[in-house]
Amino acid sequence: MTTNKIYVFKRFERFWHWSQAMLIIFMLITGFEVHGSYPLFGFAKAVDLHTLSAWTLIGLWVFAIFWHFTTGEWKQYIPTTEKMIAMIRFYSVGIFKGAPHPFRPTTLKKHNPLQRLAYLGVLLLIGPLLWLSGWFYLFYADWQAWGVDNVLSLEWVALFHTAGAFMMLAFLIAHVYLTTTGHTPTSHIRAMLTGWEEVD
Amino acid sequence: MLSGRKTSLSALASCAMLVAMTAFSAPAPSLAMSAATPQTVTDTRQKSASTADHSKFKELDKPFRTGPEVTEACLICHTEAAKQVQHTKHWTWESVDPKTGQKRGKKNIINNYCTSTVSNEKDCMACHAGYGWKDSSFDFTIEKNVDCLVCHDTTATYRKLPGDAGHPVYERREFPPKSGKFVDPADLKKVAQSIGKPSRSNCGSCHFFGAGANGAKHGDLDSSLQHPGKYLDVHMDEKGLNFACTTCHATSSHQVSGSRYNMAAAAKGPAHIRGNPDSSPAACQSCHGNKPHPQQMAKLNQHTAKIACQTCHIPEYARNDIGTELSWDWSKATRMGEDGKPFVRKDSAGRRAFDSKKGAWVWDSYVIPEYRWFNGVSTYKVIGDKIDPSKTVQINEVGGSPDDPDSRIWPTKVHRGKQPYDTVNNTLTVQHTGGEDDTALWHNYDWQKAIGAGMKAANLPYSGKFDFVSTELTWPITHMVAPKEDALSCAQCHSKDGRLKDIRGVYMPSRDANNLLDRAGWALALLTLIGVLIHGGIRILTSKKEG
Repeated sequence: MTTNKIYVFKRFERFWHWSQAMLIIFMLITGFEVHGSYPLFGFAKAVDLHTLSAWTLIGLWVFAIFWHFTTGEWKQYIPTTEKMIAMIRFYSVGIFKGAPHPFRPTTLKKHNPLQRLAYLGVLLLIGPLLWLSGWFYLFYADWQAWGVDNVLSLEWVALFHTAGAFMMLAFLIAHVYLTTTGHTPTSHIRAMLTGWEEVD
Repeated sequence: MLSGRKTSLSALASCAMLVAMTAFSAPAPSLAMSAATPQTVTDTRQKSASTADHSKFKELDKPFRTGPEVTEACLICHTEAAKQVQHTKHWTWESVDPKTGQKRGKKNIINNYCTSTVSNEKDCMACHAGYGWKDSSFDFTIEKNVDCLVCHDTTATYRKLPGDAGHPVYERREFPPKSGKFVDPADLKKVAQSIGKPSRSNCGSCHFFGAGANGAKHGDLDSSLQHPGKYLDVHMDEKGLNFACTTCHATSSHQVSGSRYNMAAAAKGPAHIRGNPDSSPAACQSCHGNKPHPQQMAKLNQHTAKIACQTCHIPEYARNDIGTELSWDWSKATRMGEDGKPFVRKDSAGRRAFDSKKGAWVWDSYVIPEYRWFNGVSTYKVIGDKIDPSKTVQINEVGGSPDDPDSRIWPTKVHRGKQPYDTVNNTLTVQHTGGEDDTALWHNYDWQKAIGAGMKAANLPYSGKFDFVSTELTWPITHMVAPKEDALSCAQCHSKDGRLKDIRGVYMPSRDANNLLDRAGWALALLTLIGVLIHGGIRILTSKKEG
């Protein structure tokens, strides 16, 4: 088996990924403290850190969105059924038998069809759920001025925000594990660090 | 000058406002003494700002025998002053609720302390800004009966004692009776020539000592506010801002702003510019606006939509050793000692705990408030109102709800008690307590006679049968504002068992959570973890096999 390397993740993409990863993990930690799940920083500090991280993440997203549209990279998240069945079979059967990975990333198609679907879910469902509810949470005092104070209740906003957080936590667990399913257990992570992915 | 423990509280035949008229002469408990040093001349700064030196006025350059004589002299120049005062609550002891039309005020309500002024005017009116209100025949139109000096005296020698229906001491008298302490009459000429703007001591001479003991009534007002440090009150701090009461309770035409009877519970908008007439100048927001915290603490500004400033900034009230009274049980009154004679007892801090005349009290210091939704409107029990004796009677009901945009979460003092009621007519009774006559409770220790006389004076039917009912009074707390360093921290409310644990209608992170969602969420995360662990485990096992 020969090992080839292809350049998958550009510099900004890697920066975006890792800073977003840290922010999301940190926001999960502080967020669940604000939620009352455990004491760590203290409520006030946790709120401050969570809010600060939120603004940082918003700033990061502004750049990321710009980058995705100017480079056309947003197309990486368009769902496809191509090799979908093969991927499911690989994860449920083939991986245990040492079968070759059915998807070979290229610069134009860096995510396998299940990844595309998962990331699209994060982008279109978990993300908006979190940042919309978070936005209303953050600007609670302005509801009246916005005319939404009769429509929204903090209880529901918090409920959706918490639900989004749990989904993000589940995604994070699965995502971290699935990074070990590449050519070698560390090849995906190495790719995200260096940009170069080892492929079969 | 300070009366010690010997200033027996029993001697203070007091109704709600019945106290000695200079703060330091009142029967403060011994611990209070250290907190409040007497002062003789108050606020010279304000005095020197005046364009008139009253000691140079020939109208005042003569001996005065009585209070009304001084008032007549005042009115020679201040022609409208008495008319103005006669329109204020300080004179009428009456306040009409603009929304319900209910007549409140000390003249009409029954409170949770000395209960009612009716039939006890001679004592209670020691705190009336007038002279001669001894019964219901008092003529509220006579201008010379307005008491200018009680608010404008700067010599701290002008004193009004219970029993004189609002007149100051004219003859040297032992007070409290049999205490061995004597009160000398003030030199009314000197008092008149030294008048000035009301200082904390003037207001405090009544408002610090309501219910007949220092700090008893309000809890956020007591003699420690004569010379407060920053810890006690960030605005009144004598070495700092040194506010007088009237700095916030800005007064126009003798109308003092910021009455508890008509409160602005949710003042909105930015700080007021001068001349803005639309809201109470006594509200915090009138100076601070409703977004008072700096931008980096924006989250705190959002709290003003639901929470009164006082909730965080008055973390405890009665923040001193004077303390405040938390309950008054009248049902224990008339109990005698083992020798069959009336007795008094003090608590370990020297505060009144029992008096055969008045019953039993419970005091505390550094009291954590009870929190309520409050929209500024309280409904009071007035004389003659029906009650339901099967429940705790709410002496006043605090209006407000989480859905009401004019309501905020407020800190309150809840004062609990027991007082007599007519078991047939189901009304709280009016009892004649003070006085030296045969029907006065504090003279004869006979409830039947005292209630009979009180009800007669109040023109209420009395069945002749009485018992005691539990009562509760709820007052917003708004004084003794702490420095910002001492304000509540977030977690004192944002926690499972925090200060606001009983407040409904608002979602508070850390206190509230949806249990179902939490269970489902953690289950999802756990199952995902278990899933990937199993998947990974099988991968490791199968790869070893192949290897």
